[in-house]
Amino acid sequence: MNDHPILSASSVTRAFGAVRAVAGVSLDLWPGEVLAIVGESGSGKSTLLRLLAGDVRPDAGTVLYRASSGATRDVHTMGEPARRHLARTEWGFVHQDARDGLRMAVSAGGNVGERLMASGARHYGDIRAEAARWLERVEIPAARIDDAPRLFSGGMRQRLQIARTLVTRPRLVFMDEPTGGLDVSVQARLLDMIRALVADLGIAVILVTHDIAAARLLAHRLVVMRHGRVVEEGLTDRVLDDPRHPYTQLLVSSVLAA
Amino acid sequence: MSGYNFAYLDEATKRMIRRALLKAVAVPGHQVPFGSREMPLPYGWGTGGIQVTASVIGADDTLKVIDQGADDTTNAVSIRRFFARVAPGLRTTERTAEATVIQTRHRIPETPLREGQVLVYQVPQPEPLFRLEPRRAETRRLHALADYGLMQVKLYEDIARHGRVGSSYDHPVMVNGRYLMSPSPIPSFDNPKMHRSPALQLFGAGRERRLYAVPPYTDVQSLDFEDHPFVPLRAKGRCTLCGAGDSYLDEVVTDDRGGRIFVCSDTDFCTGRQTMREAAE
Repeated sequence: MNDHPILSASSVTRAFGAVRAVAGVSLDLWPGEVLAIVGESGSGKSTLLRLLAGDVRPDAGTVLYRASSGATRDVHTMGEPARRHLARTEWGFVHQDARDGLRMAVSAGGNVGERLMASGARHYGDIRAEAARWLERVEIPAARIDDAPRLFSGGMRQRLQIARTLVTRPRLVFMDEPTGGLDVSVQARLLDMIRALVADLGIAVILVTHDIAAARLLAHRLVVMRHGRVVEEGLTDRVLDDPRHPYTQLLVSSVLAA
Repeated sequence: MSGYNFAYLDEATKRMIRRALLKAVAVPGHQVPFGSREMPLPYGWGTGGIQVTASVIGADDTLKVIDQGADDTTNAVSIRRFFARVAPGLRTTERTAEATVIQTRHRIPETPLREGQVLVYQVPQPEPLFRLEPRRAETRRLHALADYGLMQVKLYEDIARHGRVGSSYDHPVMVNGRYLMSPSPIPSFDNPKMHRSPALQLFGAGRERRLYAVPPYTDVQSLDFEDHPFVPLRAKGRCTLCGAGDSYLDEVVTDDRGGRIFVCSDTDFCTGRQTMREAAE
């Protein structure tokens, strides 16, 4: 079953005016794998993520997704209805700022239930029970199911966003700096939780981060980007313990040890 | 009012509106843009409804205008008088059964409508998703993709907060199993009357420049949950004047010591029942 990549990008290129944000990037993601894209600000990693998720169209290159049905489709030519359907069933997107991924005026339960309702659930009791289960799973007290996320702390919001994304059991989740902007202890808990959930559900994840420690903790494989190109890729341990490209060496040595 | 074309609007404008109406009838529940004209009354007083009425009405029609069910309120009286002045030959009535065109604000008459009748709604806000998604381009995309999870989230929130679906008026409906539609601010009590109605239902929003329609015998389902089915709301009580126990009621304060009575909101229906009762006695 696992002999085909779930997502496969080949020579994806995108320029914004004269700036080549992503230049000829190819990568494969395998089912159940966590792939981290690391690099400094402006290296094109977020643009790459949006290209892979179909939010931004590439100037050249293709992104192929292998659906649960076994059919392989080009993310950028499948048309918006199909892509939106994917985005609310088999895919998930976790934003850096929870406010982009949540409805701030809607209760926690409604936030978690939205994806269920968007994919056709129409039984209030079932939706609420499932939402309560997921809140529990991301360590939000079930008693807060009717509170709006604007009453939540940053860490709770991020955990709520993860519950909301994972409730439909997606096969592929895109994460854009999920721990950005949180303080260190909250980050640690969140990373721990993401790792447990991802392993438990067998989700494939593409994680964009500038936090090498987060990448080491979560990712199986690492892609290092600079100036829109992949300069190095390999198993996380290998890349971080034995970096070959001068830029990767610089990146790894710049990490502050506590 | 000499110097005006029949029914106030010029023929080219009527033709433009009729074209939009044909499209609206062809795609039930879909909002069709139209070039809304300046009318001799302010936005919010029924400019959309008046333009639709002016475009479909002829000299052999009989017009009834209701506002909150009543034929004798300011809005209803002035719109009826307006058409009587600008449409020579047009007859006006207060009887639902006699009317061929009924312009309404916030109600559907209690007397069941029949084939051949046209019900014209005045619509302040045609977009059912507008409180949930402020971007008009995005709501259009959601309609195009029939992506209505958002509306269901709102109903979920209502039940979570109030224990029941909260909208007692303007409760969203699915038309023909495809488009989410605002029924205009009619009470949810009236929603079931839209379902497979023999009359043609036209909706005009003047300020928002949108028309939409429900052709006769079209499915109109109020949104709900399987375990929280849609329940039309109605004040518990009977009409003090005619004794009706199944009509939509208005609460009327009668004194400053807490006295209040319920009366039918549909004045024609209430009067008819009172006349029948007097005749029987």
